[in-house]
Amino acid sequence: MDELIAILKEIHPDVDYMTATNLVDGKILDSFDIISLVSEIADKFDVVVSAEHMIPENFNSAQALWNLIQKLEDEE
Amino acid sequence: MLFTSYEFIGFVILLVALYYVLPKKAKWPLLLLGSYVFYFFAGWKFLFYILAVTIITYVAGILISKNKKAADARFAEMKALDKNGSGNPEEVGKDARKRYKEAQKAKRRHIMAWGITIALLILAVVKYTNFTIYNINGILSAFHAPKRINFLTIALPMGISFYTFQAVGYVIDVYRDRHEAQTNFFKYALFVSFFPQLVQGPISRYGDLSTELFTPHTFNGRVVERGLQRVIWGYFKKLVIADRILPAVNTMIDTPENYKGAFVFMVMMFYALELYADFTGGIDITIGIAEMLGIPVKENFERPFFSKNIAEYWRRWHITMGTWFTDYIFYPISVSGPMLKLSKWSRAHLGEKVGKRVPVYLASFVVWFTTGIWHGASWNFIVWGLGNFVVIMISQELEPLYRAFHKKVNTDDSKIYTVFQIIRTILLMSALRLFDCYRDVPLTFKMFGTMFTTWNWGTLGNGALLGLGIGKADYVILGIGTLMLIGVSMLSHSGSLRDKMEKKLPFAARWAVFTILLLVIVVFGAYGQGYDAAQFIYNQF
Repeated sequence: MDELIAILKEIHPDVDYMTATNLVDGKILDSFDIISLVSEIADKFDVVVSAEHMIPENFNSAQALWNLIQKLEDEE
Repeated sequence: MLFTSYEFIGFVILLVALYYVLPKKAKWPLLLLGSYVFYFFAGWKFLFYILAVTIITYVAGILISKNKKAADARFAEMKALDKNGSGNPEEVGKDARKRYKEAQKAKRRHIMAWGITIALLILAVVKYTNFTIYNINGILSAFHAPKRINFLTIALPMGISFYTFQAVGYVIDVYRDRHEAQTNFFKYALFVSFFPQLVQGPISRYGDLSTELFTPHTFNGRVVERGLQRVIWGYFKKLVIADRILPAVNTMIDTPENYKGAFVFMVMMFYALELYADFTGGIDITIGIAEMLGIPVKENFERPFFSKNIAEYWRRWHITMGTWFTDYIFYPISVSGPMLKLSKWSRAHLGEKVGKRVPVYLASFVVWFTTGIWHGASWNFIVWGLGNFVVIMISQELEPLYRAFHKKVNTDDSKIYTVFQIIRTILLMSALRLFDCYRDVPLTFKMFGTMFTTWNWGTLGNGALLGLGIGKADYVILGIGTLMLIGVSMLSHSGSLRDKMEKKLPFAARWAVFTILLLVIVVFGAYGQGYDAAQFIYNQF
């Protein structure tokens, strides 16, 4: 989780990712940020986040994103 | 049957009345029948196209769903056999199950690819054949070849870009397991053809629209009232503003040699107003009619002319198209295997900073090229799309500069700076929209250039504006109408104005407001005998 927070902090250093739950719905993360994020996640966690996972629910909070990574790791 | 015709108004009244009178079971079939009757009036031959797209995407959805169900059942069976030790590990073990899952997914991907390719091929043939011929002839001409290919007579079926995208989105969503396929062909046909949104969208998602579309709604006065209010507001925008300013725009763009310099700026402003009133007015009518039937349709605009930059503008203008392109083109390209490999390669060879941008920029380029050509089969629209791409990319690259500027100059609470940002965005978008106005790309650049080379601003004040096909009275009506648009937009900042009116005004007062608005449309609307009601601009897309 710390590694994920570090990636997120690189994109928007000023956001409190431990409490934020509307990263997409609140327009904090835009589509450009999400692509950077997916690319970083692929590198750091060796999982592929495909287009079908690109729904706001998976990116609205660090926890949701972490859950997605865990799920993808389990599937690998 | 134009939205602005008496026939259409009669058709809607009859349909809404029948909808609430008929028994529950007959409600959605009535909507399907009504949608096909509406489409029939646009041209009976066009029914072939909508039926073809419906059948192809319906079959694709069913096949994908069937495969998914069978694959899930078999997967569960394999897991159970593996768990209780009664199966061969090579056939039911973890690796075997993974292989099986991937193979079945590949099958579904093939079905999806076939389904959407055929549907898009139909769109491509009717929309882009003559554009392709035009470009081939251009190449032949460049090489001094004696032969030319004749253009084909293909009429563009009404709303084909909208319903094809809606149907393609449905197939992809079934593949992505966002929802199951609709097994009832007629229900699916209604989703594709739902008449209010056939003309110019919004591009709905099956998951958003289907439940309420098939639910038999009972009469609710409040719901019908709200829908009707929205429809009236839509007609006000279309008939009092968009169609009234149309002759002035046409005069200036049809004879560009007579309208250079300051007049190009007037084209920018007038066309911005016309397009906004036309498109949002049409969407208001669409959403209002659906609302009268108890069916909520996704909003397509969020006060776009209050955007502070182009990226924000595109999140607030034609929202359903923007999200469609993001979900079904931008994301799949950006996170595709080859793109991730390219990203890795470019980060290793070009540096972290540049490498990160490669997938985003390449995917954005494709999205904006597609957005351009989706709007129309001409280089004007392609250049317009790529113009948007260039501006967005430049502002993205300038982001660190903006941040540094804002660190030094605090603009957080500056209303003046916000107004500057809004005006800058309106001017940029209006300049790009010139490609939508003039007949070709070189002429557009030339006309844009005359704003800086032909200094004729003084003529605007000397009565030249009265020679554009609209008179003083028209300008007064347009001025008041525009102020009303801005006023309503500002009042809607903190939520729907109709909601506020409902809370604060009694029924009689609310209806007094809308009756006056209706009278304004009747008295000041551009319609009636001898008036050539204009088709909605987005209808041609």
